Amino acid sequence: MRDEKAQSMIKKSIFAAALMFGFCLAVPAMAQGTPAERPTAPVVKQSWTFGGIFGTYDERQLQRGFQVFREICSGCHAARLLAFRNLAEEGGPHFTAGQVKELAAQYDIVDSTAVGGTRKAVPADHWPQQLSDADAISNFGLVPPDMSVLAKARAAKPAFPDWIFNYFTAYQEAGPDYIHALLLGYAETPPDGVTLPDGKFYNEVFPVPGHSIGMPPPLADGTVSYTGEDGKPVPATLDQAARDVSAFLMWVADPHMAARKETGFKVILFLFLFAGLMWFVKQRLWKGIEH
Amino acid sequence: MSEHSTYTPKNGLSKWLDERLPIIRFTTEHIMDYPTPKNLNYWWTFGGILAVMLVIQIVTGVVLAMHYTPQIGLAFDSVEHIKRDVDGGRVIQAVHAVGASMFFFAVYIHIFRGLFYGSYKAPREILWMLGVLIFVLMMATAFMGYVLPWGQMSFWAATVITNIFSAIPLIGTPLLELLRGGFAVDNPTLNRFFSLHYLLPFIIAAVVALHIWALHIPGNNNPIGVDVKSSRDTVKFHPYYTMKDLFWIIVFFIPFAWFVFFAPDILGHPDNYIMANPLVTPEHIVPEWYFLPFYTMLRAIDFNVLFIDSKLGGVAAFGGSILILFFLPWLDRSPVRSGTFRPLFRWFYWLFVINFVGLMYLGAQDPQVTVFNILGKICTAYYFIYFLIILPILSFIEVPKPLPASISESVLGKAHA
Repeated sequence: MRDEKAQSMIKKSIFAAALMFGFCLAVPAMAQGTPAERPTAPVVKQSWTFGGIFGTYDERQLQRGFQVFREICSGCHAARLLAFRNLAEEGGPHFTAGQVKELAAQYDIVDSTAVGGTRKAVPADHWPQQLSDADAISNFGLVPPDMSVLAKARAAKPAFPDWIFNYFTAYQEAGPDYIHALLLGYAETPPDGVTLPDGKFYNEVFPVPGHSIGMPPPLADGTVSYTGEDGKPVPATLDQAARDVSAFLMWVADPHMAARKETGFKVILFLFLFAGLMWFVKQRLWKGIEH
Repeated sequence: MSEHSTYTPKNGLSKWLDERLPIIRFTTEHIMDYPTPKNLNYWWTFGGILAVMLVIQIVTGVVLAMHYTPQIGLAFDSVEHIKRDVDGGRVIQAVHAVGASMFFFAVYIHIFRGLFYGSYKAPREILWMLGVLIFVLMMATAFMGYVLPWGQMSFWAATVITNIFSAIPLIGTPLLELLRGGFAVDNPTLNRFFSLHYLLPFIIAAVVALHIWALHIPGNNNPIGVDVKSSRDTVKFHPYYTMKDLFWIIVFFIPFAWFVFFAPDILGHPDNYIMANPLVTPEHIVPEWYFLPFYTMLRAIDFNVLFIDSKLGGVAAFGGSILILFFLPWLDRSPVRSGTFRPLFRWFYWLFVINFVGLMYLGAQDPQVTVFNILGKICTAYYFIYFLIILPILSFIEVPKPLPASISESVLGKAHA
């Protein structure tokens, strides 16, 4: 009897401890945010053609995004892992081999074995850096980040319980969501009471400290002009250009995503069938054995 | 159960071989006919899953090493080269990276299964201790592997974790410099980590062989924790358990494939796609999810205890949390193995599981926030109290439920219920 009583008391106290533990987990959600710092603007999930397990890149969008990258971003940012030939790949912008060859020929590559030290680029070459590190430092005080895997290197921290669902929806678009939000996050004048260091800009999406970013607002309505060669002109609004270049950067970071997902479907379908068959094998084998 | 020799050579050649290298006898006894309790549930399939995971990691790792460059200026790009330009490279790299997570997921289930069913108790102490040793080696291997892509988290994890060793009195600093190959994490660190990351999995494989050897002497524990009494309690390992394990291995591959093909980066940290930069410290240095419980314990001791400063204290908690597992067989003196028949133990056990998940959650939170800080200390305390106080006391005060006489009686009772 004494033992039973002791056991029920122990059970009760464990239950109470578990309750307290759960409560403590819930508290921080209410107690976050420092008053001195203006909070970072939340990054809203966008709808992407390449989102989710069925998503693939939109060729047209990548081509427009490439135009933004080429005309605007690549003036300062390098993309050392991007080769010209990649631009002709299926599942990517899918330019023709001729277009890529022509494009590459417009760029010079530093090559000590060539006459004069430079030569025209060929599709096998990687995207040449336009702004040297030294010039970047004298202009901006830092080297702008390389864009090769930028879309995988940026993400806003997802709030609870979002990050749990992300595993089940295979959410891999945090990078483009962030880049899109950042490009739209500039304020012409910083809010009252905020003073920016010289040469910095205010961007509510850019994290602390102070939301001051070194990159001048790169895009505005009409910064790029899209040629609507498929008969349907695309308005080059800030939102559209930001969306396109974010999609393009995701492709640069993950160029074989579509092929990977396609293989994934085959593999998982096979595994389900195999598992089903193995289940029948196991059931039949164990039939008649008490276990 | 080596005395169960069921093999007799059938022809001249196999008789000749049996007298020289009894490899057929060995496989027959240990893989085919090995008597296995017939009541094992699906939690027991994780041993097989782990063996498969080790093979997958070694095979993919050997291929990756053919294309990887262990040099600080080239390492990051060589991993990207594997993903972009090597045939099949993006799948092999993703399998290896996601595989590490799946490996740890499986090993945690395997460990917690052992904790619940008392698989560490006599006569399986050595088996358990070898398992803990494998776990330690796995942690070392995974940590060094994570450094190889030379991203920001790679670099800073290497800095923080090697720094742990500097807290050890007297030999701390020389040990730190030996690990890093210099005063700071740099090219020599990357080189030695690559070398060791290639070596350790083979040592793990050797310890796994000992682990299985130690398993085959007393035989498997089982969900009721009652010893095998007769051959009626067992079935042959093949085909009964080979097929059951294979079924569950294939099921395990489904979430594995889900991550590999649909979300290969979701288990990692975005900062590791930024090349290592010793001049820029990430805002939060967070280890991979499977190290988070131990990371919480490392950070929980942020106060000095007498002559032990907080740094050494944290390291002691971190090291102690693993070392204590080696002593578990002698801390839990209850003669009953399975938690099913231990009415009090079960409550503390599940609280321990929740506590462990809590430690994992807290490892990813900012310990500067008061609530997380306090919770981290409470959870760390419970981790140790469970082993050092609760289990020894339960051994004496708990009244276990009556045990079934044998495995056969237990399964028959279940069938008729």
